[in-house]
Amino acid sequence: MIPAAFDYTVPGSLDEAIDALRDGGEDAKLLAGGHSLVPLMKLRLAAPTLLVDLRRVPGLHGIERQNGSWRIGAMTRHAELQDRHDDLGVVAHAAAGIADQQVRNRGTIGGSLAHGDSASDLPTILLTLEGTVTAMGPDGAREIAAADLFQDYLTTSLDPLEIITEVRMPAMDGWGHGYQKFTRRAEDWAMVGVAAVVRKNDDGTVAEARIGLTNMGSTPLRATAAEEALVGQPLTAEAIAAAAGHAADGTNPPADRNASEDYKRHLACVLTGRALREAAGLA
Amino acid sequence: MTAIDDRAAAAPHRGQSLRRKEDPRLITGRASYTDDLNITGQLHAAIVRSPEAHAKIVSIDTSAALERDDVVAVYTGEDMADLLGPLPMAWVPPGVDVQNPPHWPLARGTVKHVGDPVAIVLSEDRGAAIDGAEDVFVEYEPLPVCMDIETALEDGAALTHPEIGTNKCHEWSLGGGDIEAGFAAADVIVERRVVNHRVSGAPIEPRGVLADYRAGALTLHTSTQVPHFVRLFAALILGINEEKIRVIAPEVGGGFGAKLQVTGEEMLCSWASRKSGRPVKWIETRSEHMAVCHHGRDQVATVRLGATKDGRLTAIHSKILADMGAYLMLLTPAVPSLGAFVMSGVYDIPAVQTDITTVFTNKCATDAIRGAGRPEATHMIEVCMDQLADELGMDRLELRRKNFIPKDDFPHETALGIVYDSGNYEGALDLLMEKLDLPALEAEKAELAAKGIRRGIGYSTYTEICGLAPSRITGPEGFGLQTGLWESAIVRVTVTGNVVVYTGTSPHGQGHETTMAQIVADKLGVDPAQVEIMHGDTGTGAMGLGTYGSRTTAVGTEAVARAADKVVEKARSIVSHLLEAAPEDIEVHDGKFSVKGSPDKGLALAEVSGVAHVQPEKMPQGMEPGLEETSFYDPENFVFPFGAHACIVDVEEDTGKVKVVRYVAIDDCGPAINPMVIDGQVHGGIAQAIGQALYEHVMYDDTGQLVTGTFVDYALPTAAELPSFETDRTETPSPVNSLGVKGIGEAGTIAATPAVVNAVIDALKPLGVTYMNMPLGPEAVWTAIQEAGQ
Ligand SMILES: Cc1cc2nc3c(=O)[nH]c(=O)nc-3n(C[C@H](O)[C@H](O)[C@H](O)COP(=O)(O)OP(=O)(O)OC[C@H]3O[C@@H](n4cnc5c(N)ncnc54)[C@H](O)[C@@H]3O)c2cc1C
Repeated sequence: MIPAAFDYTVPGSLDEAIDALRDGGEDAKLLAGGHSLVPLMKLRLAAPTLLVDLRRVPGLHGIERQNGSWRIGAMTRHAELQDRHDDLGVVAHAAAGIADQQVRNRGTIGGSLAHGDSASDLPTILLTLEGTVTAMGPDGAREIAAADLFQDYLTTSLDPLEIITEVRMPAMDGWGHGYQKFTRRAEDWAMVGVAAVVRKNDDGTVAEARIGLTNMGSTPLRATAAEEALVGQPLTAEAIAAAAGHAADGTNPPADRNASEDYKRHLACVLTGRALREAAGLA
Repeated sequence: MTAIDDRAAAAPHRGQSLRRKEDPRLITGRASYTDDLNITGQLHAAIVRSPEAHAKIVSIDTSAALERDDVVAVYTGEDMADLLGPLPMAWVPPGVDVQNPPHWPLARGTVKHVGDPVAIVLSEDRGAAIDGAEDVFVEYEPLPVCMDIETALEDGAALTHPEIGTNKCHEWSLGGGDIEAGFAAADVIVERRVVNHRVSGAPIEPRGVLADYRAGALTLHTSTQVPHFVRLFAALILGINEEKIRVIAPEVGGGFGAKLQVTGEEMLCSWASRKSGRPVKWIETRSEHMAVCHHGRDQVATVRLGATKDGRLTAIHSKILADMGAYLMLLTPAVPSLGAFVMSGVYDIPAVQTDITTVFTNKCATDAIRGAGRPEATHMIEVCMDQLADELGMDRLELRRKNFIPKDDFPHETALGIVYDSGNYEGALDLLMEKLDLPALEAEKAELAAKGIRRGIGYSTYTEICGLAPSRITGPEGFGLQTGLWESAIVRVTVTGNVVVYTGTSPHGQGHETTMAQIVADKLGVDPAQVEIMHGDTGTGAMGLGTYGSRTTAVGTEAVARAADKVVEKARSIVSHLLEAAPEDIEVHDGKFSVKGSPDKGLALAEVSGVAHVQPEKMPQGMEPGLEETSFYDPENFVFPFGAHACIVDVEEDTGKVKVVRYVAIDDCGPAINPMVIDGQVHGGIAQAIGQALYEHVMYDDTGQLVTGTFVDYALPTAAELPSFETDRTETPSPVNSLGVKGIGEAGTIAATPAVVNAVIDALKPLGVTYMNMPLGPEAVWTAIQEAGQ
């Protein structure tokens, strides 16, 4: 409950933050909302020697529409996303279901994506919407696609000296969307979660469907078999049920104290059906 | 029953939902818990705990820790050779052999469960103490672990305590009536394996200790429910005279039985304070609490319940295997037997038999957690009543009503020889059905089923045994507790006519500062705001045995009431002397001790007290000055609250997720002192039971590692998971005490698990599910649906 001793610095700019990380060595860590990192430190599962707090770094805040996508500053708290269903759609929907209000008041989108927990909700959303993050490092900025960001359990392709500055979520105008998170208690991490976004052709058939899975593997996953099964179909309850049956194809979800592998695979199918019906306006 | 009429006419405060006197300080953050206390010069303790479930300690290397500048001392079990004895276990049932391996504050030679303490590190700073603990290197030689009570007694099972030669701790039976004849007379017998899994008390304030030994005396602040027990055992274990020990329970943030204990940490910090010459403070972390503060339940029972084909119960037999964990703590082996006393529930059953076998495993000890044995027993009979009704093809409530002990049959002696004090089970069930609106609930069923949601309704009609006391039954020659269980109280009227009450009980959030004040205020004709209740300090005021077993009102408040009665008597003598009236003509009326029939002729308590303290020469000849009385009270019998609960659940067919949509509870704890306080106790109790039925489960893996070490893994339900409970009461006075009251602190927890489980089974019956054990997490329910469908 009490972390090991560490140093703490609050840089005033991105460059200073990167310098601090470099000078701090391999056990220096960025601190955003602290709601993933600090619990690990309190349990002494993480023992960084230096925390570089991003709270005074300018430019990491704000939610703006830029052309076809939303630019969300890395330090944007879940609470700032949670009520914006009208414009942020499934991003707001997923953010609103994270833990409880205290956690949402602190946790940030940048921290959540950098932490790369496959049981967390926003990584699945980024993968489903095919968004990107911008990472600033000593050699400048680069844009990383969601599919390239999440590598393994709590492992991303970010370099230790890179800082996520902003997140781009495609606006998905005209798409239907749904997010279904299955938990024992309201405040829990997803036992399984499913995000679905669907775009229809003029004739009502599915032009494009994207389905993302939370906590079904070491990273967030796409349910490609289910997506493919839907394309070209009318968005009916029957077609959704048929596609949802493929949601867990090819997955090897980790069993835990709440759910066996088989049960998680079953849940993925049930929740995919629900998320798609939500996206189709059938719920 | 004339006494009841007197009570009905009692003064105005009793029966009202007065706001709790303790709440302003609690809800504005002005209360002082153990962690809020600091003593100049104190050291912080961190405890090095075993990561192994069972191992020999090969060596302990403390040198690296001691080399740290900020570490003051490190002690291990070897350093504590001067203890006069191991930690206490207070149950010695006459004629029963109970294996009780020594349990030391720091392990000696072997560790027996994950979290077993091995060393204590003292530092000026709490963080540094924890750092130091990480620098204590212990070499363990792992030993085979015993983790499953159902196989622990088989040949070749790994032994928790090899020197005992078996994992069996003890056997104990309680029976009455002819059990064989009972089952012979049955046309139908149901037999079920009933699991009451392991739970944690999980008070929001974990434990904490601040021990200060100086100049030959020990002051021990500890987050406890039982300061007097702690003092007694500290004296015996540490070899300090009792009068030199003062145990203080500051504000205690919940107990639920988890703090009905004499703990290793209390003894360890006290010892370390004496050894180091500095005050020693230890605050338990949540992870520590989950791993090492005693757990509750953990029983597997085989229950047989027999009835004639027209639904008359003939016999119940429960064979209980109970998991003790690795050591016996204060009451560990006694807990299952508390359930045996009420194994026949609210029913008139001619033959009752309970056979208990207790078993050691490499887990944290179990002990009393809210309800202690009675939730388990209630679960057994109430779940089996539904099973029996199904087997008989009879309505569940009809079966219950048919076998209720009738209301004109109280006091009722059960087949076990236990005397239930009072009851009206029909009355409680009638009121429940009135509140429930069954037709409306049933009507929604079909509509929900079409959406894949199965609605179920479950009932539990219960009684429980509480108000622990009476010493005559619970004591050394009876049940075998090595203590009396009386209570005492001092009621002191101050010079200005206010009242200070000292109670030997140790309330920790229940609301007794309010309810006791209501009783005293009515008796003395003052306002409850003028009555201060002092508790939780062995150095001031009354002796007593603490707060647990739903005893503080039925035993502790009765002692307070009796002391107040004595004060009233003295005040009447004084007033009669001053007003020249007969003492029997003086009554407390409108805040005054006045002469019957002439209410304006009288003295307020402040005036009486003024005479008693300032002008004692005006008192009757020979009367001692002052206005203060003491009472010791040991009841003749337990009290038996009862009630009828209903739970309505909706179950998602495709995921197995259970949602409690309504919960209706009728409870009877005698005439209410404060209905709101009763509601609070019932709400909390039900929440805790729904927690057990659906969410909470202390889990270990096969190697003895604790899987549920945090509140992320140990799923306490929150308000979001629970409906708004609907509560009401019937009021059937107990003849046992003058207040007519029964305990209510545990009733909700005792009653509610079977209501939830019966509701889930009821919901799933159309799908072919006939029986399930707790906890009913979504996968378990979904799996049951799948298996039934095959
Ligand atoms: C009780 C509880 C329940 C929770 N439940 C959920 C849930 O249901 N769903 C869910 O999605 N999340 C949940 N969370 C996690 C929460 O959303 C976290 O806030 C989030 O995962 C991390 O964000 P943060 O800002 O707190 O990051 P921090 O904890 O500050 O940092 C996390 C990691 O990311 C790194 N980091 C932070 N910011 C950046 C950046 N800009 N660039 C590069 N690296 C960075 C840090 O160095 C650290 O390694 C829960 C947390 C708690 C405490």
